[in-house]
Amino acid sequence: MDFGVPAQASTPNEIDRKGLPNLMTVLPAARSDPARTLVYYRDLILVLLAKEFKVRYKSTFMGYAWSLMHPLVLALIFFMLFSVIMRFQVRAYALYLIAGLFPWQWIANTASTANSYFLGNSSLIKKVRFHRATLVLAGVLNESLHFVISIPVIVGCMVWYGVAPQWDWLWALPALVVVQLAMTFGLGLLIATSNLFFRDLERLVTLAMHLLFYATPIVYPLDRVPPEYAWIMVANPFASIVICWHGVFYEGPVSLGYLGIAAGWSLVWLALGFWVYRRNVWRFAEIV
Amino acid sequence: MSDSPVIRFHHVTKQYFVDSPVSGGFKNLVLHLPSQIRAMRGRRPFRALDDVSLEVKRGECLSVIGPNGAGKSTMLGLIAGVLKASSGTVETQGRICPLLELGAGFHSELNGRENIVLNGILLGLTRREVNERVEEIIAFSELGAFIDAPLRTYSTGMVSRLGFSVAVHLNPSVLVVDEALAVGDEAFQQKCLHRMQQFRQRGTTMVFVSHAMHTVAQVSDRVAWLEGGRIVELGDPAHVINNYRSRVLAA
Repeated sequence: MDFGVPAQASTPNEIDRKGLPNLMTVLPAARSDPARTLVYYRDLILVLLAKEFKVRYKSTFMGYAWSLMHPLVLALIFFMLFSVIMRFQVRAYALYLIAGLFPWQWIANTASTANSYFLGNSSLIKKVRFHRATLVLAGVLNESLHFVISIPVIVGCMVWYGVAPQWDWLWALPALVVVQLAMTFGLGLLIATSNLFFRDLERLVTLAMHLLFYATPIVYPLDRVPPEYAWIMVANPFASIVICWHGVFYEGPVSLGYLGIAAGWSLVWLALGFWVYRRNVWRFAEIV
Repeated sequence: MSDSPVIRFHHVTKQYFVDSPVSGGFKNLVLHLPSQIRAMRGRRPFRALDDVSLEVKRGECLSVIGPNGAGKSTMLGLIAGVLKASSGTVETQGRICPLLELGAGFHSELNGRENIVLNGILLGLTRREVNERVEEIIAFSELGAFIDAPLRTYSTGMVSRLGFSVAVHLNPSVLVVDEALAVGDEAFQQKCLHRMQQFRQRGTTMVFVSHAMHTVAQVSDRVAWLEGGRIVELGDPAHVINNYRSRVLAA
């Protein structure tokens, strides 16, 4: 009778209801040993993260330097365009650009790579039963890691312009990272899942991110936005978090109002992402 | 107890919708709306498994035979827990180690060693538990220097070697083998069969899908003959294989 595993059987219906495979069967010791479960999930996410990293930079010589190059080149373009040619007067414009472009890059990269979080791992999904959302979490953590590595570049630019780091970094930096992580996780779940059933989504997302980029105060300062368009800064799900990043890297303090809006949006994305994911996760192996 | 079932299928039906609802794209949908809607309503699912009930007892080796498209892989997918039954219930117990086709849970850009860790963790082990077994797995696979090369440089036979080596070293309670042995060379096939015999003696439950009847006869306690999603016959290996063969030859 006793195989050393919990007696209750797993039914596929449980996969459906909880939106995840039954852990009792995948991990016989899950219930009796929560510490092992924790270690297990840490290992699972780390190994998937390492895989993402390796696959992304397979046989490229400059590796992660490429992910720094993209926002820096964009910053250069906008700087030449608006500061040198159009002569717009914005204080420390290069710093302003960089402070917005790097966090934006994190969101934009998540949106564009999320298409493949499930699709690109079809060989894993088809053959092995594991918690599929960990694929998204690994992808999202990968993007956030890229952002964190780019922080020294932003700080270097601050030093250049003589902007000193503020004390409120101590709470603002981790808070913003957590909010944006939650936001991109929800976004990633939504896109990765939807893309399995609706392959046009990839094009649609590219277009939407283009629009949202210009609807976010990255190229232009927030105070130049005409009052009748101010609602866009709230309605654009990604504008508020970028405004907060400006509060950290460009000119403090961090606006608590916009931080609240950003947190609200991240909850919306999380809820939406998990809802779509849970409804469809049982079909993944048939679709990919 | 040796007679408690580790895998139980209770009136399991699995159907797929083969065609996508909007197959012709957006333009087609708009231009031919009525006929498209009719097509959507009339969509008939394909029954890969049709009201299948069976039990696999602890320590038993069940082989599944049948022509291509009979539902064998669907059955294994349900056992492995990657597919969900349309109706009926599938119950399993313990760690299921699926070897579905080739390179189950491998990634082509990672090297052999990294794939062992990835695969082991996906199958439910912690990194430490995998690391304890890595050298043993590498030795069993006999891949030599290739273990540090990316998987995309492997031949099919080498991938299956790695897959089998990982699966048999994870102490599974159920080992699911789907044709993984067919591409290995003679020597490795013998080694795998030998290992499967050891598993049998140790009381590991096995589900084995193969078209190689002599292997099936060699390893299994019972054989299920599947055709058109239904079990045609289930029972003594020699008997079922005989009937299956005479049917195939008669056709």
